[in-house]
Amino acid sequence: MTEPVTFIGRADALIGSREAAAVARGARKFTTSREQAGKEFVVMDELRNRARAIRLHALTHLDRLLGHFADQVVAGGGHIHFAADADEANQIVARILDGANAKLVVKAKSMVTEEIELNHHLEGEGIEVVESDLGEFIAQLAEDTPSHIIAPVLHMTRQDVGEIFQEKLGVEYTDDPTELNQIAREHLREIFLKADAGISGVNFAIADSGSVVLVTNEGNGRLTTTAPRVHVAVMGMERIVSRWEDAAVILEVLARSATGQRLSVYTNVVTGPRREGDHDGPEELHVVVLDNGRSDILGGPTAEILACIRCGACLNACPVFRTVGGHAYGTVYSGPIGSVVTPGLHGMEPWWELPYASTLCGACEEVCPIRIQIPSMLLQLRSQAAAEGRLPGWLNKGMERYASAATDPVRWHRAKKLAAWLSMPIARRGWITRMPGPGRGWTDHRDLPRPSTESFADWWRANRGS
Amino acid sequence: MEGPQVQLFVTCLVDALAPQVGRSTLAALESAGCDVLFPEGQSCCGQPAFNVGLNDDARAMAAHTLDVLDETEGTIVLPSGSCAEMIVHHYQTLFAGTEREDQVSRVADRTKELTEFLVDELGADVEADCGGCTVAYHYSCHGLRGLGLEGQADTLLEGVDRVELEGDQECCGFGGLFSVEMPSVSGAILKEKLDRIEASGAEVLVGGDVSCLMHIEGGLRRRGSKVQVKHIAELLGGSGDD
Repeated sequence: MTEPVTFIGRADALIGSREAAAVARGARKFTTSREQAGKEFVVMDELRNRARAIRLHALTHLDRLLGHFADQVVAGGGHIHFAADADEANQIVARILDGANAKLVVKAKSMVTEEIELNHHLEGEGIEVVESDLGEFIAQLAEDTPSHIIAPVLHMTRQDVGEIFQEKLGVEYTDDPTELNQIAREHLREIFLKADAGISGVNFAIADSGSVVLVTNEGNGRLTTTAPRVHVAVMGMERIVSRWEDAAVILEVLARSATGQRLSVYTNVVTGPRREGDHDGPEELHVVVLDNGRSDILGGPTAEILACIRCGACLNACPVFRTVGGHAYGTVYSGPIGSVVTPGLHGMEPWWELPYASTLCGACEEVCPIRIQIPSMLLQLRSQAAAEGRLPGWLNKGMERYASAATDPVRWHRAKKLAAWLSMPIARRGWITRMPGPGRGWTDHRDLPRPSTESFADWWRANRGS
Repeated sequence: MEGPQVQLFVTCLVDALAPQVGRSTLAALESAGCDVLFPEGQSCCGQPAFNVGLNDDARAMAAHTLDVLDETEGTIVLPSGSCAEMIVHHYQTLFAGTEREDQVSRVADRTKELTEFLVDELGADVEADCGGCTVAYHYSCHGLRGLGLEGQADTLLEGVDRVELEGDQECCGFGGLFSVEMPSVSGAILKEKLDRIEASGAEVLVGGDVSCLMHIEGGLRRRGSKVQVKHIAELLGGSGDD
């Protein structure tokens, strides 16, 4: 069977599945923890305002901050690379690894390398890549893709993980989380010691010091960036703040919004390669800064989406995400944030339908630590899709007729009468159980009230009209 | 009557599908001492078009609505948080940089959702009555997160027997044309909502938006549930069957 090519096709395959149930449970757990963390931290709302100001400031001054950051990275003994698109980024990383004669690479969790499909590219070059984040490690073994920004295998149960480990690692089946952790740890420890290079993402970079900051809960980020000879950090060009003070604010809201933790277990700051007298650290540090469509977003009406700090809170809060899971979105960035980011990065074709995968309930904006106005951006992208003529004919025609009736009182009155009359043969006791045409979407899942033969306007005219 | 003048904008859904909610809204406003008028020519605020991105159609309906309402005086009251939010927030987007900007501000400033108007503006001494039945309340998204309405309905419902509804501030899955364009997703979100409503033990599910309520009621009917669905106006102004 081939993969369904539309959101709704993929969603239909997932609704009611074990995977979707696991997503719903996991997302609700995150949401509860986030709410609790917010309650315990009285200045959360104030810090969200500051975090928003910091991120918007960084976007406004992005060119200057990136320039300053690049200078600082070089001054600290590192190398900086700018990549216009995925291909260029992949080639840069491959070249660095080739130059270092690296055959085995260990990776810390990074959405941006998922975006450019770096693993696939490196494997094509004959390089072995091993994911070290537990979730990513499981996804890699299962030849699956991550379904959540911060919890890659949110869609799996521990029984699933037990079966994957049994099949792929040849260990005895267990679904005990501690034992599963131990299995992964033993397997990965050896990789860390043998790996020639480590590749990581970047939660955010600090321009003033040329540092990259990684937060993890497993310590794999620290090992990836210190044990191998070479460290390559790949970052989206928007993931930058000016100063350490700004970084502190982002850290405060990031973990609380993501998992409800006060701080992630490990906050790893990398400033330059190993210096004389250092006990550990890589001999070479490379930072790859990726555009890949971000400049286009920055110049458009959804620019603010680049202020996102990838906490995943909007995914957990979204009723659509909780129902279908991340794989329905067909791309690495899922949920409300993904529905804005993906059409921005990769174009409206075929991604224009993602902004429609929302009830516009506003839960995403409510939880966003940066207060990004996601629903407004979904509406903006919808208007763009509609203007490009992407909506089905029945909707375009139907809405045009509806609007022309609604702006003409005589026709509006007649239209209501007509609707009441037309619905008479298909309604029973005021309700319709099966509609023809596109209306069937409604009646497949619920009854529809029949238009009243006496509208409120009719009643008013008869009883109150002068 | 000498009470405050109110222009009743019933919304297209109430007008055509739930006229009894319009009559209850009228009764609630009159029992609170308001002098209620019904601006002729009103139809749809344009939200269905705006939400799917058909902004030209939305603009046509919004312009019509603005013209109808701007000719009147007094507070414009809607028994819908969603349509009120359309007028209060989204008309600005549709008419940004046009000569209608002033008109948008004038009309938006006068526009209130029903519970907001009764509690915040009038401080009205009206109490909901459900004839002794148990009530669960669903906070519709646009009123709740769009207009920040939360405590107003709680105040009005103080006298009724409320039961707790898990996830009462979560979306029912309606989403306007989303329910028709992505019916399976919408239906799955609705299913969870209905399960929770039935588990709450409420005899009546009450809300402030006919759109979400007809989605929920249509789902409850489909599964043969005994739970009744009412707009909060129906608890404030009687059944609307005069």
